[in-house]
Amino acid sequence: MSGSPLLMFEHGGVAALDRVPELGVGEFRAHVLDAVNGGARIATFFGRPAPGGAVRLLAVLAEEYSGILQAASTTVYDSYSALTPECPQAHWFEREIAEQWGVVPRGHPWLKPIRFHRAYRDGKDAWRRAEAPVAGVADFFRMEGEEIHEVAVGPVHAGIIEPGHFRFQCHGENVFHLEISLGYQHRGIERRLRGGPSARTLPYMETLAGDTSIGHALACCEALEALAGAHVPARAHVLRGVALEIERLANHTGDLGALAGDVGFLPTASYCGRIRGDFLNMTAVICGNRFGRGLVRPGGAAFDLADEHVQDLERRLQAAERDAAGAIELLWHSSSVMGRFEDTGAVTAETAQALGLVGPAARACGIERDVRHDFPLGIFRYAQIPVSTFGSGDVFARAFVRALEIQRSIAFLKSQLGMLSAGPVLAPVGPCAPNALAVALVEGWRGEICHACITDEAGRIAHYKVVDPSFHNWMGLAMAMRGQQISDFPLCNKSFNLSYCGHDL
Amino acid sequence: MWKVLLARLRQKHRTIGYPRRAPVLPERFRGLPAIDDGKIADARAAIEACPANALAQDPGGRLRLDMGRCIFCGECERACPGGGIAFGREYRLCARTREDLVITAEGRRRADALGAEARRLFGRSLKLRQVSAGGCNACEADTNVLTTVVFDLGRFGVQFVASPRHADGLLVTGPVTRNMESALRATYEAVPAPKIVIAAGACAISGGLFADHDEVRRGAGDILPVDVFIPGCPPHPMTILDGVLRALGRIE
Ligand code: SF4
Repeated sequence: MSGSPLLMFEHGGVAALDRVPELGVGEFRAHVLDAVNGGARIATFFGRPAPGGAVRLLAVLAEEYSGILQAASTTVYDSYSALTPECPQAHWFEREIAEQWGVVPRGHPWLKPIRFHRAYRDGKDAWRRAEAPVAGVADFFRMEGEEIHEVAVGPVHAGIIEPGHFRFQCHGENVFHLEISLGYQHRGIERRLRGGPSARTLPYMETLAGDTSIGHALACCEALEALAGAHVPARAHVLRGVALEIERLANHTGDLGALAGDVGFLPTASYCGRIRGDFLNMTAVICGNRFGRGLVRPGGAAFDLADEHVQDLERRLQAAERDAAGAIELLWHSSSVMGRFEDTGAVTAETAQALGLVGPAARACGIERDVRHDFPLGIFRYAQIPVSTFGSGDVFARAFVRALEIQRSIAFLKSQLGMLSAGPVLAPVGPCAPNALAVALVEGWRGEICHACITDEAGRIAHYKVVDPSFHNWMGLAMAMRGQQISDFPLCNKSFNLSYCGHDL
Repeated sequence: MWKVLLARLRQKHRTIGYPRRAPVLPERFRGLPAIDDGKIADARAAIEACPANALAQDPGGRLRLDMGRCIFCGECERACPGGGIAFGREYRLCARTREDLVITAEGRRRADALGAEARRLFGRSLKLRQVSAGGCNACEADTNVLTTVVFDLGRFGVQFVASPRHADGLLVTGPVTRNMESALRATYEAVPAPKIVIAAGACAISGGLFADHDEVRRGAGDILPVDVFIPGCPPHPMTILDGVLRALGRIE
């Protein structure tokens, strides 16, 4: 895009903070909207404190076809004209900015808290509340009319899952609208990252969303390594890629089992439940922990594999591949399963684009969007994994895309384990560059993970922003439920399987 | 139909032999830590390496490791190259009191079963309601896995149920966020007495990594009476299973 004042930079690089253009609010809006209309997507958009009690907004856009990132910032005080009315994918970011900094995005169509905590700027509150907010206490979208009723579920649900609150506006069985209210898992992690990196930085990353320990740890390490100009050894890149794909395999397999369980198809439910554990045990072969805790560290990996570990992994992979293929195949041949999967919870490609959905949820709408392909770092620069898509946007598509990704991740693992290069797995990492910005994208199993790290004049973390893929995708679930039977909610919910704590941070 | 039956044959019988046979744990599994004060050259280095504030020295200079806060990352082991802190392969880690989770050079106290009355009531049938209160979905996942064919929790008479009204107790995960505090209390109150509470994972025991955050309480024990503590981050499924069965007096 010629003539754009936005800073263009490459993924994996760093930008000196003073090179990020500081625009007037009007100009900032115009250029961000222009870039989005031109096909870029908001990867992250957040506020941080600026001198004089102001708030500096920073937007980072990801342009998939060119693999280029763009950044711009602007300074606001108590309000600014919202982007959301013209750019729906900004809606959740602007709610977050309002909640964190007490800045009102004027004209936002549905300005509500997303996590229910006090603002971080003293004396400012976007809703002028005197009392501390209470999770779930807010205005909810309501329909009026004879025979319209509201169904409220949660925060505590029936299964062993995390808490969240769901409100359905229904007419009989038919859902007109679902509103999702989160924040119950809010632990305040982002703020505690300031002043780091410290001994706690990586453990925090590994617990942002425990089922994505590798994904978030990798994003953080890539950001810190970029800031420090560190050189990660080739063998470590492979180990990290292997761990990331095993994490994807475990979760995708578990999801397919859970989807089968939700339609009462017990064979696949019980096989996949078990095979998921086999994949977790592969991660434990590498580092002793089933979720990969302690494995990915700045500079590489904290564990290396001996030859017998590689052989052990190859053996396990072969068995898991055979078992998973058999268990998944059953789904497509069972009319009772297909009858429930097909045409349930469909999201159109237009909606997915407008909301900026990521991961399997976007690819199930036919959108070719995959960080491993669009913004590759590490091993993915050398070993491409084909992007898996399907066009129908329904529960079936989300299941089928996962099944394809399982096959492709297994093929990747086989080839990588078969040609693991010798050498070290951990390199020293020096201090971070001062006054700099690094943005790291990782294709976690749920989709794009985005970490933005800004350093102060001493090279310490001055601001850290995490965007879990769930942050983009929760609204996708709400849209998928429109016009559906309320009894299909568990199935639709499982087909997205989004993170509560990854959203709530 | 034939495909389903064929798949059933191919997937084989997969339930582990536990408790008749010892469980298979990963070679690099980090279980019960052991401390040897004589071999610790630099206790401060270990304490500073710990991300979870789990290590401290008592006035006599002896090291104490609080498994209730420990995330089993192994950083302290690396910071003490002499073998002063060593994580072993013992997966049976549960305790009945918070103090019993503290490891010193003398070792630790193993957990006793619940009292005779609780054992009489729940020993052969225990229904639990799980509540995640800020858990990262790792403790939840490795609790959920107990219901798969691998562990087959049902064969021990233990079951996770949907309603607190049907439950004999709670299994709590997460540090208990402020935003979940009232929901957790309400769920506890909805469980008919007598009832038990199990805290699974470092977060639920002590607040874990988040213990000093204003956004959370310091674990389930901060607001509820806890009967069983199961350490880990997350605890291995076998550690959770052992904790539940040990409390019920079902294993020695
Ligand atoms: S293993 Fe436990 S005690 Fe040791 S450093 Fe890690 S958290 Fe601290």
